[in-house]
Amino acid sequence: MKKYICDVCGWIYDPEIGDPDSGIAPGTQFEDIPDDWECPECGVGKDDFSVLEG
Amino acid sequence: MNTTLKEGIDWVGYIDWTVRDFHGYKTDSGSTYNAYLIRDEKCAVIDAVKAQYVDKYIARIQALTDLKNISYVVCNHAEPDHSGGLPGIMEACPQAELVCNAKCKDALEKHFDTSAWKWRIVEDGDSISLGKRTLSFINTPMVHWPESMFTYVPEDKLLFSMDAFGQHFATAFRFDDEEPLDVIMQEAKAYYANIVMLYGRPIAQTLDRAAELEIEMIAPSHGVIWRSHLKEVLAAYRKWVVCKPTPKVIVLYASMWQATEHMAEAILEGVQEHEVEARFYNVDATHSTQIATEVLDCAAIAIGSPTLNNTLMPNLAGVLCYLKGLRPTQKKGFAFGSYGWSKRGGASEVEDAMKEMKIELMQEPIRSQYVPTPEILEQCREAGRAMGRYAEQFTK
Repeated sequence: MKKYICDVCGWIYDPEIGDPDSGIAPGTQFEDIPDDWECPECGVGKDDFSVLEG
Repeated sequence: MNTTLKEGIDWVGYIDWTVRDFHGYKTDSGSTYNAYLIRDEKCAVIDAVKAQYVDKYIARIQALTDLKNISYVVCNHAEPDHSGGLPGIMEACPQAELVCNAKCKDALEKHFDTSAWKWRIVEDGDSISLGKRTLSFINTPMVHWPESMFTYVPEDKLLFSMDAFGQHFATAFRFDDEEPLDVIMQEAKAYYANIVMLYGRPIAQTLDRAAELEIEMIAPSHGVIWRSHLKEVLAAYRKWVVCKPTPKVIVLYASMWQATEHMAEAILEGVQEHEVEARFYNVDATHSTQIATEVLDCAAIAIGSPTLNNTLMPNLAGVLCYLKGLRPTQKKGFAFGSYGWSKRGGASEVEDAMKEMKIELMQEPIRSQYVPTPEILEQCREAGRAMGRYAEQFTK
Protein backbone atom coordinates (compact mmCIF):
# COMPACT_ATOMS: atom_id res chain seq x y z
CA MET A 1 0.00 0.00 0.00
CA LYS A 2 1.38 3.38 -1.03
CA LYS A 3 2.26 6.05 1.54
CA TYR A 4 1.62 9.70 0.78
CA ILE A 5 3.40 12.80 2.08
CA CYS A 6 1.91 16.24 2.68
CA ASP A 7 3.78 18.69 0.43
CA VAL A 8 3.13 21.52 2.91
CA CYS A 9 4.11 20.14 6.32
CA GLY A 10 5.71 16.77 5.59
CA TRP A 11 3.18 14.62 7.48
CA ILE A 12 3.06 11.10 6.10
CA TYR A 13 -0.16 9.18 5.50
CA ASP A 14 0.47 5.49 6.12
CA PRO A 15 -2.53 3.41 4.96
CA GLU A 16 -1.71 0.73 7.52
CA ILE A 17 -2.26 3.31 10.29
CA GLY A 18 -4.93 5.43 8.60
CA ASP A 19 -6.02 8.60 10.40
CA PRO A 20 -8.35 7.28 13.10
CA ASP A 21 -8.73 10.73 14.74
CA SER A 22 -10.47 11.88 11.54
CA GLY A 23 -12.45 8.68 11.06
CA ILE A 24 -10.10 7.09 8.49
CA ALA A 25 -9.77 3.44 9.51
CA PRO A 26 -6.46 1.59 9.35
CA GLY A 27 -6.15 -0.16 5.99
CA THR A 28 -7.76 2.70 4.01
CA GLN A 29 -5.92 3.45 0.76
CA PHE A 30 -5.17 7.14 0.25
CA GLU A 31 -7.30 7.12 -2.92
CA ASP A 32 -10.31 5.97 -0.87
CA ILE A 33 -10.16 8.82 1.67
CA PRO A 34 -13.09 11.26 1.21
CA ASP A 35 -12.24 14.46 -0.67
CA ASP A 36 -13.15 16.69 2.28
CA TRP A 37 -10.52 15.05 4.51
CA GLU A 38 -7.79 17.38 5.76
CA CYS A 39 -4.17 16.85 6.70
CA PRO A 40 -4.31 16.32 10.48
CA GLU A 41 -1.19 18.43 11.00
CA CYS A 42 -1.64 21.48 8.80
CA GLY A 43 -5.20 21.31 7.45
CA VAL A 44 -4.59 21.25 3.67
CA GLY A 45 -6.61 18.94 1.40
CA LYS A 46 -5.77 15.73 -0.49
CA ASP A 47 -4.62 17.76 -3.52
CA ASP A 48 -1.52 18.80 -1.59
CA PHE A 49 -0.30 15.22 -1.05
CA SER A 50 2.19 13.32 -3.20
CA VAL A 51 3.17 9.65 -3.34
CA LEU A 52 6.08 9.01 -0.98
CA GLU A 53 8.84 7.55 -3.12
CA GLY A 54 11.22 4.86 -1.88
CA MET B 1 17.31 48.24 29.20
CA ASN B 2 19.45 45.12 29.38
CA THR B 3 19.52 43.56 25.90
CA THR B 4 22.30 41.02 26.48
CA LEU B 5 21.21 37.38 26.45
CA LYS B 6 24.69 35.92 26.77
CA GLU B 7 28.09 37.44 26.31
CA GLY B 8 28.23 38.47 22.63
CA ILE B 9 24.54 37.80 22.00
CA ASP B 10 22.15 40.76 22.04
CA TRP B 11 18.54 41.59 21.29
CA VAL B 12 18.28 43.99 18.33
CA GLY B 13 14.51 43.97 17.75
CA TYR B 14 11.73 46.52 17.95
CA ILE B 15 9.17 47.19 20.69
CA ASP B 16 5.80 47.93 19.09
CA TRP B 17 3.96 49.65 21.93
CA THR B 18 0.95 50.76 19.90
CA VAL B 19 -0.01 47.82 17.67
CA ARG B 20 -3.54 46.71 18.55
CA ASP B 21 -4.45 44.50 15.61
CA PHE B 22 -2.40 41.53 14.47
CA HIS B 23 -4.34 40.01 11.55
CA GLY B 24 -7.44 40.00 13.72
CA TYR B 25 -5.75 39.19 17.04
CA LYS B 26 -6.48 42.11 19.35
CA THR B 27 -3.08 42.91 20.80
CA ASP B 28 -4.03 45.12 23.73
CA SER B 29 -0.54 44.75 25.20
CA GLY B 30 1.29 45.63 21.96
CA SER B 31 4.08 43.34 20.79
CA THR B 32 7.76 43.08 20.07
CA TYR B 33 9.53 41.78 16.99
CA ASN B 34 12.61 40.13 18.39
CA ALA B 35 15.80 39.92 16.39
CA TYR B 36 19.21 39.01 17.71
CA LEU B 37 22.87 39.70 16.93
CA ILE B 38 25.59 37.15 17.66
CA ARG B 39 29.12 38.56 17.66
CA ASP B 40 31.77 35.86 17.24
CA GLU B 41 34.66 35.41 14.81
CA LYS B 42 31.86 35.73 12.30
CA CYS B 43 28.73 37.68 13.14
CA ALA B 44 25.19 36.51 12.53
CA VAL B 45 21.83 38.23 12.76
CA ILE B 46 18.86 36.09 13.70
CA ASP B 47 15.67 37.30 11.99
CA ALA B 48 14.42 40.83 11.36
CA VAL B 49 11.44 43.05 12.20
CA LYS B 50 8.43 44.49 10.37
CA ALA B 51 9.44 46.40 7.24
CA GLN B 52 8.54 49.82 8.63
CA TYR B 53 10.94 49.43 11.59
CA VAL B 54 13.96 48.24 9.61
CA ASP B 55 15.95 51.43 10.19
CA LYS B 56 15.71 51.13 13.96
CA TYR B 57 16.71 47.46 13.78
CA ILE B 58 19.74 48.23 11.62
CA ALA B 59 20.68 51.09 13.97
CA ARG B 60 20.65 48.67 16.93
CA ILE B 61 22.95 46.30 15.04
CA GLN B 62 25.26 49.16 14.02
CA ALA B 63 25.54 50.30 17.61
CA LEU B 64 27.14 46.93 18.40
CA THR B 65 29.16 46.14 15.28
CA ASP B 66 30.08 47.36 11.84
CA LEU B 67 27.61 46.02 9.27
CA LYS B 68 30.59 44.75 7.24
CA ASN B 69 31.10 42.12 9.96
CA ILE B 70 27.76 40.44 9.36
CA SER B 71 28.39 37.12 7.59
CA TYR B 72 24.96 35.56 8.03
CA VAL B 73 21.36 36.68 8.32
CA VAL B 74 19.25 33.76 9.53
CA CYS B 75 15.56 33.69 8.62
CA ASN B 76 13.67 31.26 10.84
CA HIS B 77 10.21 32.24 9.54
CA ALA B 78 9.06 34.03 6.38
CA GLU B 79 6.07 35.86 7.90
CA PRO B 80 6.40 39.63 7.28
CA ASP B 81 6.54 40.61 10.98
CA HIS B 82 9.97 38.92 11.00
CA SER B 83 10.99 38.95 7.35
CA GLY B 84 9.81 42.45 6.40
CA GLY B 85 13.18 43.94 7.36
CA LEU B 86 15.21 41.37 5.40
CA PRO B 87 15.41 43.38 2.15
CA GLY B 88 16.78 46.30 4.19
CA ILE B 89 19.40 44.32 6.09
CA MET B 90 20.45 42.37 2.97
CA GLU B 91 20.94 45.64 1.11
CA ALA B 92 22.93 47.09 4.00
CA CYS B 93 25.05 43.90 4.26
CA PRO B 94 25.68 42.80 0.65
CA GLN B 95 28.40 40.39 1.80
CA ALA B 96 26.01 38.47 4.07
CA GLU B 97 24.42 35.15 3.21
CA LEU B 98 20.72 34.66 3.90
CA VAL B 99 20.49 31.41 5.84
CA CYS B 100 17.20 29.52 5.63
CA ASN B 101 15.68 26.23 4.52
CA ALA B 102 14.45 25.55 0.99
CA LYS B 103 10.79 26.13 1.84
CA CYS B 104 11.66 29.47 3.41
CA LYS B 105 13.65 30.52 0.34
CA ASP B 106 10.63 29.75 -1.81
CA ALA B 107 8.37 31.81 0.47
CA LEU B 108 10.81 34.75 0.67
CA GLU B 109 11.12 34.82 -3.13
CA LYS B 110 7.33 35.16 -3.26
CA HIS B 111 7.42 38.11 -0.85
CA PHE B 112 10.43 40.18 -1.93
CA ASP B 113 12.83 40.97 -4.75
CA THR B 114 15.62 38.64 -3.68
CA SER B 115 17.60 38.75 -6.94
CA ALA B 116 20.69 40.29 -5.29
CA TRP B 117 20.71 38.03 -2.22
CA LYS B 118 23.33 35.38 -1.53
CA TRP B 119 21.76 32.24 -0.11
CA ARG B 120 22.93 29.52 2.24
CA ILE B 121 20.26 26.83 2.18
CA VAL B 122 20.29 24.60 5.26
CA GLU B 123 18.50 21.37 6.00
CA ASP B 124 17.26 19.98 9.27
CA GLY B 125 20.28 19.11 11.43
CA ASP B 126 22.76 21.28 9.50
CA SER B 127 25.04 23.66 11.34
CA ILE B 128 27.27 26.64 10.67
CA SER B 129 30.31 27.54 12.78
CA LEU B 130 30.76 31.17 13.76
CA GLY B 131 34.08 30.50 15.51
CA LYS B 132 33.48 29.78 19.18
CA ARG B 133 29.81 29.08 18.60
CA THR B 134 27.72 26.98 16.28
CA LEU B 135 24.34 27.71 14.77
CA SER B 136 22.39 24.52 14.41
CA PHE B 137 19.08 24.33 12.58
CA ILE B 138 15.94 22.36 13.34
CA ASN B 139 12.98 22.36 10.97
CA THR B 140 9.71 22.90 12.84
CA PRO B 141 7.01 22.76 10.14
CA MET B 142 3.71 24.45 11.13
CA VAL B 143 5.28 26.10 14.18
CA HIS B 144 4.02 28.41 12.80
CA TRP B 145 4.26 28.12 8.97
CA PRO B 146 5.55 25.25 6.79
CA GLU B 147 9.04 26.79 6.52
CA SER B 148 9.45 27.61 10.22
CA MET B 149 12.67 26.53 11.91
CA PHE B 150 14.50 26.89 15.19
CA THR B 151 18.12 27.97 15.49
CA TYR B 152 20.03 26.46 18.40
CA VAL B 153 23.38 27.53 19.82
CA PRO B 154 24.67 24.49 21.76
CA GLU B 155 27.63 26.32 23.33
CA ASP B 156 25.24 28.79 25.00
CA LYS B 157 22.36 26.31 25.42
CA LEU B 158 20.26 28.93 23.71
CA LEU B 159 17.26 28.21 21.49
CA PHE B 160 15.88 30.80 19.08
CA SER B 161 12.35 29.43 18.99
CA MET B 162 10.67 31.78 16.51
CA ASP B 163 6.93 32.03 17.18
CA ALA B 164 6.88 29.17 19.69
CA PHE B 165 6.78 30.45 23.29
CA GLY B 166 6.14 33.98 22.03
CA GLN B 167 3.84 36.60 23.51
CA HIS B 168 2.33 39.75 22.04
CA PHE B 169 3.59 41.82 24.93
CA ALA B 170 5.35 45.17 24.64
CA THR B 171 7.52 45.81 27.66
CA ALA B 172 10.63 47.82 28.46
CA PHE B 173 12.16 44.57 29.73
CA ARG B 174 13.49 41.70 27.66
CA PHE B 175 13.46 38.85 30.16
CA ASP B 176 10.83 36.70 31.84
CA ASP B 177 12.00 37.52 35.38
CA GLU B 178 11.57 41.27 34.86
CA GLU B 179 7.77 41.27 34.60
CA PRO B 180 5.16 39.45 36.73
CA LEU B 181 5.05 35.79 35.69
CA ASP B 182 1.24 35.57 35.71
CA VAL B 183 1.05 38.46 33.23
CA ILE B 184 3.61 36.85 30.92
CA MET B 185 1.93 33.43 31.12
CA GLN B 186 -1.46 34.95 30.28
CA GLU B 187 0.06 36.66 27.23
CA ALA B 188 1.80 33.41 26.22
CA LYS B 189 -1.53 31.60 26.53
CA ALA B 190 -3.40 34.18 24.44
CA TYR B 191 -0.65 33.97 21.84
CA TYR B 192 -0.75 30.17 21.75
CA ALA B 193 -4.54 30.09 21.50
CA ASN B 194 -4.86 32.71 18.78
CA ILE B 195 -1.83 31.92 16.65
CA VAL B 196 -0.96 28.23 16.83
CA MET B 197 -3.75 26.34 18.65
CA LEU B 198 -4.53 24.47 15.44
CA TYR B 199 -0.99 23.09 15.22
CA GLY B 200 -0.98 21.23 18.53
CA ARG B 201 0.24 17.99 16.97
CA PRO B 202 3.32 19.40 15.22
CA ILE B 203 4.06 21.55 18.28
CA ALA B 204 3.96 18.45 20.50
CA GLN B 205 6.51 16.81 18.21
CA THR B 206 8.64 19.94 18.36
CA LEU B 207 8.52 19.86 22.17
CA ASP B 208 9.76 16.26 22.02
CA ARG B 209 12.69 17.29 19.84
CA ALA B 210 13.46 20.31 22.04
CA ALA B 211 13.50 18.00 25.08
CA GLU B 212 16.57 16.29 23.59
CA LEU B 213 18.49 19.58 23.68
CA GLU B 214 20.17 21.18 26.65
CA ILE B 215 18.40 24.51 26.94
CA GLU B 216 19.10 27.32 29.41
CA MET B 217 17.38 30.08 27.50
CA ILE B 218 14.59 30.31 24.93
CA ALA B 219 14.51 33.43 22.79
CA PRO B 220 11.21 33.67 20.89
CA SER B 221 10.36 36.15 18.17
CA HIS B 222 7.75 38.04 20.22
CA GLY B 223 7.71 39.17 23.83
CA VAL B 224 10.10 38.36 26.64
CA ILE B 225 12.99 35.88 26.57
CA TRP B 226 12.65 32.84 28.82
CA ARG B 227 15.64 32.38 31.14
CA SER B 228 14.10 31.85 34.60
CA HIS B 229 10.75 30.21 33.89
CA LEU B 230 11.44 27.70 31.11
CA LYS B 231 9.98 24.92 33.21
CA GLU B 232 6.69 26.79 33.61
CA VAL B 233 6.25 27.66 29.93
CA LEU B 234 7.24 24.18 28.73
CA ALA B 235 4.77 22.60 31.17
CA ALA B 236 2.05 24.97 29.99
CA TYR B 237 2.75 24.12 26.35
CA ARG B 238 2.41 20.40 27.14
CA LYS B 239 -1.11 21.13 28.36
CA TRP B 240 -2.00 23.55 25.57
CA VAL B 241 -0.94 21.23 22.72
CA VAL B 242 -3.78 18.90 23.71
CA CYS B 243 -6.18 21.74 24.75
CA LYS B 244 -6.23 20.08 28.18
CA PRO B 245 -9.56 20.84 29.88
CA THR B 246 -9.68 22.68 33.19
CA PRO B 247 -12.78 23.09 35.40
CA LYS B 248 -14.12 25.91 33.25
CA VAL B 249 -17.36 26.34 31.31
CA ILE B 250 -18.07 28.97 28.66
CA VAL B 251 -21.50 30.28 27.67
CA LEU B 252 -21.17 32.16 24.37
CA TYR B 253 -24.13 33.73 22.62
CA ALA B 254 -25.63 36.40 20.40
CA SER B 255 -29.12 37.75 20.95
CA MET B 256 -31.70 39.95 19.16
CA TRP B 257 -34.53 40.57 21.65
CA GLN B 258 -32.98 38.93 24.75
CA ALA B 259 -34.75 35.57 24.35
CA THR B 260 -31.47 33.76 23.61
CA GLU B 261 -29.80 35.92 26.27
CA HIS B 262 -32.30 34.73 28.90
CA MET B 263 -31.58 31.15 27.86
CA ALA B 264 -27.84 31.86 28.23
CA GLU B 265 -28.42 33.28 31.71
CA ALA B 266 -30.37 30.18 32.76
CA ILE B 267 -27.55 27.93 31.47
CA LEU B 268 -25.08 30.01 33.49
CA GLU B 269 -27.24 29.60 36.61
CA GLY B 270 -27.05 25.83 36.20
CA VAL B 271 -23.26 25.95 35.68
CA GLN B 272 -22.86 28.03 38.84
CA GLU B 273 -24.42 25.30 40.96
CA HIS B 274 -21.05 23.59 40.57
CA GLU B 275 -17.64 24.69 41.77
CA VAL B 276 -16.25 25.55 38.36
CA GLU B 277 -15.04 28.67 36.61
CA ALA B 278 -17.63 30.25 34.34
CA ARG B 279 -17.19 32.62 31.41
CA PHE B 280 -20.22 34.41 29.98
CA TYR B 281 -19.72 36.10 26.62
CA ASN B 282 -22.11 38.12 24.50
CA VAL B 283 -20.24 38.16 21.18
CA ASP B 284 -21.11 41.81 20.65
CA ALA B 285 -19.27 42.76 23.85
CA THR B 286 -16.29 40.39 23.68
CA HIS B 287 -13.49 40.16 21.16
CA SER B 288 -12.81 36.80 19.52
CA THR B 289 -9.22 36.98 20.82
CA GLN B 290 -10.43 36.68 24.41
CA ILE B 291 -12.95 33.98 23.53
CA ALA B 292 -10.31 31.83 21.79
CA THR B 293 -7.93 32.24 24.74
CA GLU B 294 -10.57 30.91 27.13
CA VAL B 295 -11.73 28.13 24.80
CA LEU B 296 -8.18 26.71 24.76
CA ASP B 297 -8.48 25.22 28.24
CA CYS B 298 -12.23 25.10 28.90
CA ALA B 299 -13.96 21.76 29.48
CA ALA B 300 -17.34 22.63 27.99
CA ILE B 301 -18.97 25.36 25.95
CA ALA B 302 -22.62 26.20 25.21
CA ILE B 303 -23.10 28.33 22.10
CA GLY B 304 -26.33 30.14 21.29
CA SER B 305 -27.82 32.19 18.49
CA PRO B 306 -31.34 33.15 17.53
CA THR B 307 -32.50 32.58 13.98
CA LEU B 308 -31.97 35.74 11.95
CA ASN B 309 -32.99 35.70 8.27
CA ASN B 310 -33.03 31.88 8.43
CA THR B 311 -29.41 31.77 9.52
CA LEU B 312 -27.17 32.91 12.40
CA MET B 313 -26.41 36.27 13.90
CA PRO B 314 -23.46 37.35 11.71
CA ASN B 315 -21.17 38.35 14.57
CA LEU B 316 -21.50 34.92 16.12
CA ALA B 317 -20.93 33.29 12.71
CA GLY B 318 -17.66 35.20 12.49
CA VAL B 319 -16.51 33.97 15.89
CA LEU B 320 -17.49 30.38 15.00
CA CYS B 321 -15.48 30.65 11.76
CA TYR B 322 -12.48 31.83 13.78
CA LEU B 323 -12.80 29.11 16.43
CA LYS B 324 -13.32 26.40 13.81
CA GLY B 325 -10.05 27.41 12.13
CA LEU B 326 -8.20 27.22 15.44
CA ARG B 327 -9.35 23.58 15.85
CA PRO B 328 -9.72 23.28 19.63
CA THR B 329 -9.85 19.66 20.82
CA GLN B 330 -11.28 17.82 23.85
CA LYS B 331 -14.35 20.04 24.28
CA LYS B 332 -17.94 19.12 25.00
CA GLY B 333 -21.01 21.31 24.64
CA PHE B 334 -24.36 21.98 23.04
CA ALA B 335 -26.23 24.59 21.01
CA PHE B 336 -29.19 26.75 21.97
CA GLY B 337 -31.21 29.66 20.66
CA SER B 338 -34.59 31.19 20.05
CA TYR B 339 -36.50 31.41 16.79
CA GLY B 340 -39.68 33.03 15.49
CA TRP B 341 -41.21 30.90 12.74
CA SER B 342 -38.27 29.13 11.12
CA LYS B 343 -36.19 26.50 12.94
CA ARG B 344 -33.57 26.82 10.21
CA GLY B 345 -30.40 28.66 11.15
CA GLY B 346 -30.15 29.58 14.84
CA ALA B 347 -29.42 26.65 17.16
CA SER B 348 -29.39 24.17 14.25
CA GLU B 349 -26.68 26.02 12.41
CA VAL B 350 -24.70 26.54 15.62
CA GLU B 351 -24.86 22.79 16.19
CA ASP B 352 -23.63 22.12 12.65
CA ALA B 353 -20.66 24.40 13.32
CA MET B 354 -19.96 22.63 16.63
CA LYS B 355 -20.00 19.26 14.84
CA GLU B 356 -17.51 20.60 12.31
CA MET B 357 -15.35 21.73 15.24
CA LYS B 358 -15.57 18.16 16.60
CA ILE B 359 -17.05 19.40 19.87
CA GLU B 360 -18.66 16.39 21.51
CA LEU B 361 -22.36 17.17 21.79
CA MET B 362 -23.82 16.59 25.25
CA GLN B 363 -27.44 16.86 24.11
CA GLU B 364 -29.85 18.04 21.39
CA PRO B 365 -30.06 21.81 20.81
CA ILE B 366 -32.35 23.73 23.19
CA ARG B 367 -34.78 25.88 21.22
CA SER B 368 -37.35 28.44 22.24
CA GLN B 369 -40.03 29.83 19.98
CA TYR B 370 -39.93 33.54 20.79
CA VAL B 371 -39.60 34.20 24.55
CA PRO B 372 -38.47 31.18 26.61
CA THR B 373 -41.08 29.64 28.94
CA PRO B 374 -40.20 28.65 32.53
CA GLU B 375 -40.02 25.03 31.29
CA ILE B 376 -37.47 25.94 28.62
CA LEU B 377 -35.45 27.99 31.11
CA GLU B 378 -35.39 24.94 33.40
CA GLN B 379 -34.11 22.82 30.49
CA CYS B 380 -31.37 25.43 30.10
CA ARG B 381 -30.51 25.27 33.81
CA GLU B 382 -30.38 21.48 33.69
CA ALA B 383 -28.09 21.58 30.65
CA GLY B 384 -25.90 24.08 32.51
CA ARG B 385 -25.76 21.75 35.53
CA ALA B 386 -24.64 18.91 33.26
CA MET B 387 -21.79 21.06 31.90
CA GLY B 388 -20.83 22.10 35.44
CA ARG B 389 -20.83 18.46 36.59
CA TYR B 390 -18.70 17.47 33.63
CA ALA B 391 -16.21 20.33 34.11
CA GLU B 392 -15.93 19.72 37.85
CA GLN B 393 -14.14 16.42 37.29
CA PHE B 394 -11.11 18.36 35.96
CA THR B 395 -10.60 19.99 39.36
CA LYS B 396 -7.19 19.00 40.66
